[in-house]
Amino acid sequence: MTLTVFWIFGVIAMGSGLLCITRKNPIASALWLVVTLFALAALFVLLDAQFIAVLQVLVYAGAIMVLFLFVIMLLNLGRPGPTDIKGPLGLLGATVLAGALLLLLRPLGQAPLPAEIQLPPGTVAALQQQRGMVGAVATPLFDTYLVPFEIASVLLLTAIVGAVVLAKRKL
Amino acid sequence: MNLNPAIPRDLLLSLLPELVLTGWALVLLLFVAWRHRTVWDLRIAGWLTLLALVSTAVAIWWLWWNRAGVRGVVSMIAADDFRWVADWVFVGAAALTVLISFTYLERERLLAPEYHVLLLLGTLGMMLMAAGADLIVIFLALELMSVAVYVLAGFDRRRARSAEAALKYFLLGAFASGFLLYGIALVYGATGTTNLVLIGARLSIAMRASAMLLAGLALLIVGFGFKIAAVPFHMWAPDVYDGAPTPVTAFMATGVKAAAFAALFRVMYQAFAAVPAWHDIMWWLAVITMIGGNLFALGQRSLKRMLAYSSVAHAGYLLVAVTAGGVAGTSAFLVYIVAYTLMSLGAFAVLIAKGRAGESDVTIDDLSGLAARRPWLAFALAVCMLSLLGFPGTAGFIGKWYILIAATSAGQNTLAAILVLTSVVSAGYYLPVIMAMYMKPEPIEAAHVDVCLDRWGRAAVAAVVVGLLLFGVWPNRLFDLARAAGDSVHAGGTTTAAP
Repeated sequence: MTLTVFWIFGVIAMGSGLLCITRKNPIASALWLVVTLFALAALFVLLDAQFIAVLQVLVYAGAIMVLFLFVIMLLNLGRPGPTDIKGPLGLLGATVLAGALLLLLRPLGQAPLPAEIQLPPGTVAALQQQRGMVGAVATPLFDTYLVPFEIASVLLLTAIVGAVVLAKRKL
Repeated sequence: MNLNPAIPRDLLLSLLPELVLTGWALVLLLFVAWRHRTVWDLRIAGWLTLLALVSTAVAIWWLWWNRAGVRGVVSMIAADDFRWVADWVFVGAAALTVLISFTYLERERLLAPEYHVLLLLGTLGMMLMAAGADLIVIFLALELMSVAVYVLAGFDRRRARSAEAALKYFLLGAFASGFLLYGIALVYGATGTTNLVLIGARLSIAMRASAMLLAGLALLIVGFGFKIAAVPFHMWAPDVYDGAPTPVTAFMATGVKAAAFAALFRVMYQAFAAVPAWHDIMWWLAVITMIGGNLFALGQRSLKRMLAYSSVAHAGYLLVAVTAGGVAGTSAFLVYIVAYTLMSLGAFAVLIAKGRAGESDVTIDDLSGLAARRPWLAFALAVCMLSLLGFPGTAGFIGKWYILIAATSAGQNTLAAILVLTSVVSAGYYLPVIMAMYMKPEPIEAAHVDVCLDRWGRAAVAAVVVGLLLFGVWPNRLFDLARAAGDSVHAGGTTTAAP
């Protein structure tokens, strides 16, 4: 059952991701990206990470996508642009290279996973029973990963300062 | 002083220089929000930045003096001599950049003191990159540094070339970050951890590296290769270095490169020391970067573009130190990066003095007869060029010699031979600069009248020249420091230099 659901959403995520980068119309691309993000949220639920799944829908599929569409509208990008793939020869080359990459990546699926990341079934569920949905995310965030968390906040501040500097009307 | 990052006080202490710098950056940001209109606001912001960098350097010095170290515990943050020495390089590069920025920003009418805030935040990212003992910290720090530098590259918004440089750097940089992040994910999938020391421990007991690990390692090398501008990933470097404001170019060529190399050293030798596969990749990268960088530089007429390709070539020399590895390779890297930071910043400072408002293309012929008109400036540029070439008596020679010793003692004789040969080739583009300044007459009367450098820029150039000549004849103290730092990366921080 879980595996079937995984395959369904995995294929949806891959397919819509592919459509997102091949559509000529930026709005169509953005909407396919929404589908990808929803499929990813479903995959998070399969991993017992419901809180992350909700955040994925709220933040990415919701807020960030609205921002994407705003930018597309403001820049008046609604018209389809020229395609990046030049002619049938380019398409052939891209297909051959993609095939070669897939062939090279095949051993990845056969590699055994280390014991550290193979949790016995029910571990995450037990953790959530103990600390709640949010606690299971919050505890590592503010404990083990405190330093990266703080660096991320400085990173966001830098991005804000940078955006203001670049977008200010008068320097 | 042994620090245990599980205790909040020790965690704060181990991050003291970064905290000092962050605090100053926030203070400066508030100041900038309040005063940001006149030339004087810009100057005060610059002085505050210098003050911030000096106090950060003092904090680093204090930790080094007290032999602070995180030993025997798994931690996100490493505290060892390697980090302190690398931090000094970043802080020094940032301080020299601030000094040479005064003239440039006022001449180009870039009266936005946010420049200094971004410079400080970029330096913070570099320091965290050298401090990161976990791939997540290294990635976030690299992004922090990159975001600040993307904006700085496009700071001169009125010039199309600056905007082009920023956009090119941003798009390709984001792409490279994707490679790095995917590599980190695969390494996590193969080893079950992102901590460098734990990865190293797990790989040393594994029989052979899995395909997933090798794929992750390859992607990591691509990500770092972009930031250090090694040859197959160097395409962005000439255009971005050329289009960015000159002080920012100097900062990118020195600080950003040094930070990426520092993180590369830590990742390769603390996490992947047991995987021999990457040595061959580094070998080839070093060879084609040295040959490519030097050959491309030969054809350049614009001084800024020539320095951009020369910086690619120097990434090749530094990759020789990475390939040689061991304590010798790591300390050779530190010695060379100190020398390279000084000589590169000195060359860019003179370029700023010669450049005219709104026009950045200074060709080598434009320097004709500079020695007769401005003897000290010409002397400074000559010292920088000779040092970049690796002329005996300058720090550049000592650095190259140290890398050669590390390479030959690691059995990399071919690599050492290529380094020497490509250095000879590099004379073909460094010496014409000196020839133009000293042997050619001024093309027109008063061609160098508008050459100007304020007293801060002069102080920076003087410091660079003194540093280059001092380390060129008396490198002992620098050697001791670099050797202790090299030890600290490889032996897990068992030895520290006697302060």
